[in-house]
Amino acid sequence: MAFQVILKRPESLTQREFTYCPGCTHGIIHRIIAEVIDELGIREKTIAVAPIGCSVFAYQFFNTDATVAAHGRAPAVATGMKRARPDLYVFTYQGDGDLAAIGTAEIVHAANRGEKITTIFVNNAIYGMTGGQMAPTTLLGMKTTTTPYGRKADNDGYPLHVAEIIKEARGVAFLARTKVNTPQDVQKTKKAIKKAFLAQIKGLGFGMVEVLSTCPTNWGIDPVSALKWLEEHMVPEYPLGVFVDKVGDEQ
Amino acid sequence: MAERVLVKGTEAIGEAAIRAGCRLFFGYPITPQNELPEYMSKRMPEVGGTFLQTESEVATINMVYGAACTGTRVMTSTSSPGFSLMQEGISYMACAQLPAVLVNVVRGGPGLGDIQPSQGDYWQATKGGGHGDYKLIVLAPSTVQEAVDLTVLAFDLADKYRTPVVIIADGVIGQMMEPVTFPEFRNLNTLPKHDDWALTGANGREKHIVVSFDIDPHVLEKMNLEIVEKLRKIEANEKRWEEYKLEDAEIVITAFGTVGRIAKSVVEQARKEGIKAGLFRPITLWPFPYERLEEISKGKKLILDVEMNMGQMLEDVKLAVKDHARIEFYGRMGGVVPTPDEIFEALKKFLNV
Repeated sequence: MAFQVILKRPESLTQREFTYCPGCTHGIIHRIIAEVIDELGIREKTIAVAPIGCSVFAYQFFNTDATVAAHGRAPAVATGMKRARPDLYVFTYQGDGDLAAIGTAEIVHAANRGEKITTIFVNNAIYGMTGGQMAPTTLLGMKTTTTPYGRKADNDGYPLHVAEIIKEARGVAFLARTKVNTPQDVQKTKKAIKKAFLAQIKGLGFGMVEVLSTCPTNWGIDPVSALKWLEEHMVPEYPLGVFVDKVGDEQ
Repeated sequence: MAERVLVKGTEAIGEAAIRAGCRLFFGYPITPQNELPEYMSKRMPEVGGTFLQTESEVATINMVYGAACTGTRVMTSTSSPGFSLMQEGISYMACAQLPAVLVNVVRGGPGLGDIQPSQGDYWQATKGGGHGDYKLIVLAPSTVQEAVDLTVLAFDLADKYRTPVVIIADGVIGQMMEPVTFPEFRNLNTLPKHDDWALTGANGREKHIVVSFDIDPHVLEKMNLEIVEKLRKIEANEKRWEEYKLEDAEIVITAFGTVGRIAKSVVEQARKEGIKAGLFRPITLWPFPYERLEEISKGKKLILDVEMNMGQMLEDVKLAVKDHARIEFYGRMGGVVPTPDEIFEALKKFLNV
């Protein structure tokens, strides 16, 4: 009796167990990045740059050379790597506290320089690792540990639309916003991530995918409700779509 | 034999870095060191290297971190406020044990200060600067030729010990033109490759990880101890200093960098008037040559420490000299460069002559 493997752990993930909370979608995003790296055959030439936040441990999960950047500085670290070794492929994995608050300068300038790196930006509208504080992406009215009465525009400003800001940078070769709360959306996100890597591989410029993600623990709801909450509250605030695509369809 | 050429200090450091095999420079404009990145922006393309003007010193030091992760020789330069901004990244590099050369052309401080020469960043450079337990090798040239030689040494020490190395200069060294002899170009194929740790793609080997982090305190403590052991090795092997006319000296002036150079004139002036003075000039500000200074200080009439700050190296001078001799200090701040005459006057006042 012969068995055929139809689903296996991607080569680009290590054997380490994820440290993410039950129902968190970081794990899904990790897996599809690893599948993309496998499919592109670039694992041996890839460096992962992990951020500060829940995904600080990403350096242990991706089976590639890896580092952890200072909070928000992953695009600068990736720039240094890519300029030192243009023959390697470098990607950053960053949350919304990391990229959209403390790291706004680095992401804008990396995009504007058309830095040949790939950024996966995970937007779950909250700071996870530090215990559920307001992020720049937190929705108006949303309760967090630092907006106990709900986020108010007159005190806290408005949800930051990163993809819409980045799309103005002329160095961007691929830019999309996706979500991972349904199987179809996971596949769409995977396709977008592949293109964000192809933008780098083809030397076209900066590639980024903003992925709408869940945080059941800090949102204070169960995992299934979190998937619905993402659909009902995050998608209207953060419209999905492909903002820039210089990669094209031939792959 | 290589010919002698007349060059400015900042440009001399840039050319020396290229001769040492550095092909990557990241920098952000700040006075008084702009001639260095400007020189690199012209020179790097000529040698197949990369110059990148960054969006901030914070971005700069993290680009240096990234480049260093790949085991590639990399350099940046800045001036005091910019060096402050880099401290978080430098702390990360110290913990991750990443080699790089960082030039600080020190200006008057604290705060925005001014753009005149100063030595006010001695503490910041030699005592760690950023958070956590670490120190950096700190080299202080007092001539343009020495700036060239120390730049090459800085790259070699950075690679040898896997640590950032700081070259601390000021506007005087930076702007001054002197004749120098440059070393030959280093063959890039002979540079250390750091195959055992660098991030170069996990091709035919296990993945490499370069981090300044571990969540387990016992693991982090092991990383700390590894760094401490390395620092002890550096202390044992890398102390450098200059002794000038100390053989028969009764008075020892201690000074570094630009002031070390001015102090030589003071020694000459003093000797003309029958005062037997000499100079002890630390070249490595860290590791500081405590033992040698202690030895020298024994039986001396006076140790006069002179700096362009409120007396920062003075603390290390005191640690070295202990109670072997009387110690006095003369300093100027705010970017004021002391003249040989005023230092000599101060010396005479301390001697009651």
